[in-house]
Amino acid sequence: MKVLWFHLMPYTELPEDFKERHPGVWVEIDPALFDPERAHVMYNDFMDELEFAAEQGFDGICVNEHHSNGYGLMPSPNLIASTLARRTRDAAICVMGSSVALYDPPVRVAEEFAMIDCISGGRLIAGFPVGTPMDTCYAYSRNPSLLRPRYYEAIDLITRAWREEKPFPYNGRFNRMRYVNPWPRPVQKPRPPVWVPGSGSVETWRMCYENDFVYAYLSYWGYKAGLGVMKGFWEEMKAMGAEPNPYHAGFLQAVGVAESHAEAVDLYARPASYFYDRCLHLDPKFARPPGYISEATVRARLTSQVTMAADQAIAARPFQAHTDNVLEQGHVIVGSPDEVADQLRKVAVDLNVGHLMLLLHFGNMSKDLTRHNTRLFAEKVLPQIADLFDDEWEDHWWPNPMPSQSRAVPEPVAV
Amino acid sequence: MTGHSERSAAVAGGELRVWEKGEGSGICWFAGLPGLPRWLPVLDRLAEAHRVAAPSLPGAPGGQSADLLDEHVDWLLAARDAHRAADTEGGALVGASSGGALAADVAAVWPEAVGRLVLIAPFGLFDEAEPVADVFAQRPADRSPLLTARPDEFDAWTAFGTDDAGEAMEWDIAMQRATNAAARLLWPLGDTRLATRLARIACPTLLIWGGDDRVMPRSYAARIADAISGPARVEIVPGAGHMAEFDRPGAVAGAIAAFLAEG
Repeated sequence: MKVLWFHLMPYTELPEDFKERHPGVWVEIDPALFDPERAHVMYNDFMDELEFAAEQGFDGICVNEHHSNGYGLMPSPNLIASTLARRTRDAAICVMGSSVALYDPPVRVAEEFAMIDCISGGRLIAGFPVGTPMDTCYAYSRNPSLLRPRYYEAIDLITRAWREEKPFPYNGRFNRMRYVNPWPRPVQKPRPPVWVPGSGSVETWRMCYENDFVYAYLSYWGYKAGLGVMKGFWEEMKAMGAEPNPYHAGFLQAVGVAESHAEAVDLYARPASYFYDRCLHLDPKFARPPGYISEATVRARLTSQVTMAADQAIAARPFQAHTDNVLEQGHVIVGSPDEVADQLRKVAVDLNVGHLMLLLHFGNMSKDLTRHNTRLFAEKVLPQIADLFDDEWEDHWWPNPMPSQSRAVPEPVAV
Repeated sequence: MTGHSERSAAVAGGELRVWEKGEGSGICWFAGLPGLPRWLPVLDRLAEAHRVAAPSLPGAPGGQSADLLDEHVDWLLAARDAHRAADTEGGALVGASSGGALAADVAAVWPEAVGRLVLIAPFGLFDEAEPVADVFAQRPADRSPLLTARPDEFDAWTAFGTDDAGEAMEWDIAMQRATNAAARLLWPLGDTRLATRLARIACPTLLIWGGDDRVMPRSYAARIADAISGPARVEIVPGAGHMAEFDRPGAVAGAIAAFLAEG
């Protein structure tokens, strides 16, 4: 089992009455709510937290991309990843990911990822999300029905740019280039492992199979919501002839650990409530830009009872009012180290996922509490789950860095 | 009242549906946002003295796929194919909303093909100071009231009428496909750069605007009329929303018939 520490970098000071006074956290979020000097502190705290997680022995640290979003302060995750590459030694640097369909030309992503792979000595996991409707179709105004074809073409262009040994012309539907020749090139050969965060579309599952990419289901709604989607994923993989290697999949889960269950509830209820009530306060008008979901996926959802029920629940959830006690809903796993370890083993086994991506910071959790959660998890939960799957399956989708002794050691910061 | 006929017309790369009714000089009808899931009363009124032919635009019910229309030139050629399929060469062309954007372009690029042009609150322009409403980023309950003054009737017009689950699914998918295609043409602002081509429109043109249009600012009517080379005038239909032809079919058909009678 590989366990990764994932930071969303939420703005932690949205007002108490945010939900009542503002239509949503995304796309049209009020610019007046952003205080750059407070963001200075937040960014630095968040990077400290990611570096701390790497020190504590997590297998990887994750960042991701959002735009015009109050719960995700990383329009460019690669900026953060490059500093993490300098300030960590062994953890995988997982950019989950760069929204390749948003960049003209997408070769830019091939270049930046290659830079991070070089700086980190080959520790990059390259994430390629299609991107949410809010990020892509609204904040970046991409044409919804062209987004997915653009996305597939961008992945083709980037992976080919890493693979080809000479400069080459590319005559695509959306990208026409006379000279493709990214310089630098990634350390990892033939390329860094590619992980794809998805939300349950059949095309994405098939693409992951055909290209040997990891499929990661990133939902904030926990185990129950994930069950339907991951069941659909594994059914599709089986139909295409893939073996059920759990390392072919990833799953996101928010977790709060304390010495006892009661203490965990006491510590994590407020940040969880901040996350679900304020950070996920989304305006439903942005939920479904026409054409964003392909006709094939619409048909699959309408004809498959399993995925339909799951998808409808998932699609509706962020746009509905939440209950006061989100912990009782099971979206966040909280408890003593043993309880959390038991639940995570169940999640990993039932969903058959070998890459757990954990939110040990969520909502407006303080730096102290984040460190406490991270340390306790690393000391008391990680050892209980780390060996899962290892006797049976090999992780073919993990970075293959340069030998430790060959990697550069950055000079300490002069104070 | 309907009694229209249906034929299939061969065009480049496939076929499209043409609905027709009436006899007399031809009117080609380019429908607006959801296309024509069903016949429209305004077409009955026009068919009293004309042959009305409504070819389906790409993505709309009965239309060709819009999946390979990537650039505006692709849309333009597809719109001209649909116009040819109506067999109204040199006659009247009416376009509403998204169909209006394409009708204006057909008249601009193939001026000899259109004798008289009617545009009902067409898309195609965008002014930051007076923005077109975002018809796609709407909460489900807000969408129909934005488009029409008769939202309940509009919902019934676009809803499937029977209990057959399989057919209902296909109907839903067809309606989604129509909206997807309109979004593909108009995303993100509705600006097709039509403003740069309006001066090429040389035929007499009538602009019809719902008095209560909440999508397309009324000032755009005068802007378009001023930019067109041919004689152009604006007619406001009181009590109608963006889909004036749906909201007040009698008034809209009357205005069109009177305009065509002038020629």
